[in-house]
Amino acid sequence: MSSLELKDLYDGFRDPDVIKGYQKLIAAEAKKLDRNVNIMEVCGGHTHTIMKYGLTQLLPENINFIHGPGCPVCIMPKERVDHAYVLAMQPDVILLTLGDMIKVPGSHGSLQDARAKGADVRYVYSPMDALKIAEENSDKKIVFFAIGFETTTPMTAALLDVVIKRGINNIFFHINHVTVPEVMKELIDSRDEHVNSYDHRIDAFIGPSHVSVISGSKIYELFSIEYHIPVVVAGFEPVDVMEAIYMMMKQFNEGRSDLEIQYKRLVTPEGNLKAQALIEHYFEKVSLFKWRGMGNVPNSGLKLRDEFAAYDAEVLFENILPYDEIDDHKLCICGDILRGFAKPQECSVFGTACKPSSPLGSCMVSSEGACAAYYKYGNLI
Amino acid sequence: MCLSIPSKVVKIDPELNIATVDTMGVQRTAGLDLMEEGSVKIGDYVLLHIGFIMNKIDEEDALESLRVYQEILEKLDEEERRVLVLEDDNCVNREAP
Ligand code: SF4
Ligand code: SF4
Repeated sequence: MSSLELKDLYDGFRDPDVIKGYQKLIAAEAKKLDRNVNIMEVCGGHTHTIMKYGLTQLLPENINFIHGPGCPVCIMPKERVDHAYVLAMQPDVILLTLGDMIKVPGSHGSLQDARAKGADVRYVYSPMDALKIAEENSDKKIVFFAIGFETTTPMTAALLDVVIKRGINNIFFHINHVTVPEVMKELIDSRDEHVNSYDHRIDAFIGPSHVSVISGSKIYELFSIEYHIPVVVAGFEPVDVMEAIYMMMKQFNEGRSDLEIQYKRLVTPEGNLKAQALIEHYFEKVSLFKWRGMGNVPNSGLKLRDEFAAYDAEVLFENILPYDEIDDHKLCICGDILRGFAKPQECSVFGTACKPSSPLGSCMVSSEGACAAYYKYGNLI
Repeated sequence: MCLSIPSKVVKIDPELNIATVDTMGVQRTAGLDLMEEGSVKIGDYVLLHIGFIMNKIDEEDALESLRVYQEILEKLDEEERRVLVLEDDNCVNREAP
C-alpha cells in the first residue's frame, strides 16, 4: 500500500486525552495494589496494539504483560502446514486459504514456495469464493484449508452448508479450527510444572472481542468462577485496551474475579446463536490439537463430524498425508514466551538467526506474534 | 490489518441470501448465512468478516466510527482506499471496530 504507514492511519484514530485519562486512573489503582500483576492478552491483535502504542510505557511498573498464543496463523504447527503443502502439490488440487497462511513455513517450505514450484494455491477473501472456483474448475478438487478461531469457524460451516445444499461434489475441507478457552485453560494448568519459576503467573486475561462476537463472553465464565481469574473482553483500539486494564485493576483492588465486557458495542454474553448452531451441526472436538510453540492442547481443535466425512480432505487424501511429529526448533523459546516465563529478547537467536524474514518459531511467523511485535516496535520498550 | 469499518446494507437478495453493502463508498457483497432470517434490513449497519455479515452494529456507534474512518480515508487515493477496505475484513483473527 504505497508509502502509507499503518501508523498514519491510526493517528487520528485514538484519542490521546482519553488514553492519558485512563493512564491516571490506572496509576491510582495500581498504587493501592501492593503487588505485581501479570495480564495476559490472549490475542495477537491486542499484542500488536500494546506494542505499537507503547502502552507498557504508559503503565505503572507493577503491571506486566504476558503475550498469549494469539493468532491462528502463527499457531499452525509444521505438521499441518505440510499437509497443505502436500495437498497443494497434487496436480488435480487447487488449494485455497486465507490470511497470512500462505507465508507460514512448513518442513518443505511454505505454500508460497509450493506455488513457486507450480502448485495452484490461491488466496481467497472469503470462503464463499470457493464456489466460483469449483464451478470454473469442475475437473479439479478444490481443497479449502480452513484456519481460525471461533471467529472464522462459522464461515467454514456456512460454506459446507451451501456445498451440501447445492450438491457440489468437488469442494473438500482441511479443518484447522481451534478454540480459545481451551488454550487459556492449558496456559494456567501447565503452571504446576513450573510452579517455582513464577508466582501468580497469569493474574488476568484480556479476552479477544472478535471471538466473543460469535461465541459470546460466556465461554470465559470458567476462568472467573473456577480459577478466580478476572477476564475482560476488550476491543482492539488503544483506548479499549486501556479501559480494560482499568477495569481489571479495579477488580484486583475490590478483590473480585469477574467476567466483564469492555466492548459492549458488539459483544453480548450469548453471542451469535445462529453461527453457534452452524458450528455445532458440522463440527466436533478433537481430543488433541498441536499448537505451534505450545504442543498438544486437549480439546482445542475441531474436525468435521463423521457424517460429513465425504467432504473431509483428511479422509479423502489419507494415503498421501504425512503424520510424523515434527519438533519445534530447539533454540526457539516460544513455548516459554507464550506461557509467560520469558520475553522475546531472552531468546538467543532473537533478531539474529530468527527474524520476520526468516522465522524459526511461531512467535516470529506472523506480524502479530510476540517476537515479531518486539522486533518491529522494539525501540518502544 | 484490521480497521473494522462498519458497512451499510444497501440491497438484499433473499434468493442467494446475500446482501450488498457499502463500506466507505466501496460496494461489495456479503453472505447473510450467519444472521437469522429477516434480522438484517436495508439501512442497517453491520460488521463484516471474510465475506460474511457477522453482526449488526448500533447505528450511533457505527456513525461515530465512520466519522473517524472518513477522516483517515480522506488522506488516501481511490486505489489505496479500495485496497484498505478489502483488506479490512480479511484478517482471520479479529474484526471488531
Ligand atoms: S525469536 Fe524466534 S526462535 Fe526465538 S522464541 Fe521468538 S520465534 Fe522462537
Ligand atoms: S497475522 Fe494479523 S492479519 Fe494475519 S491473521 Fe494474524 S492477526 Fe490477522
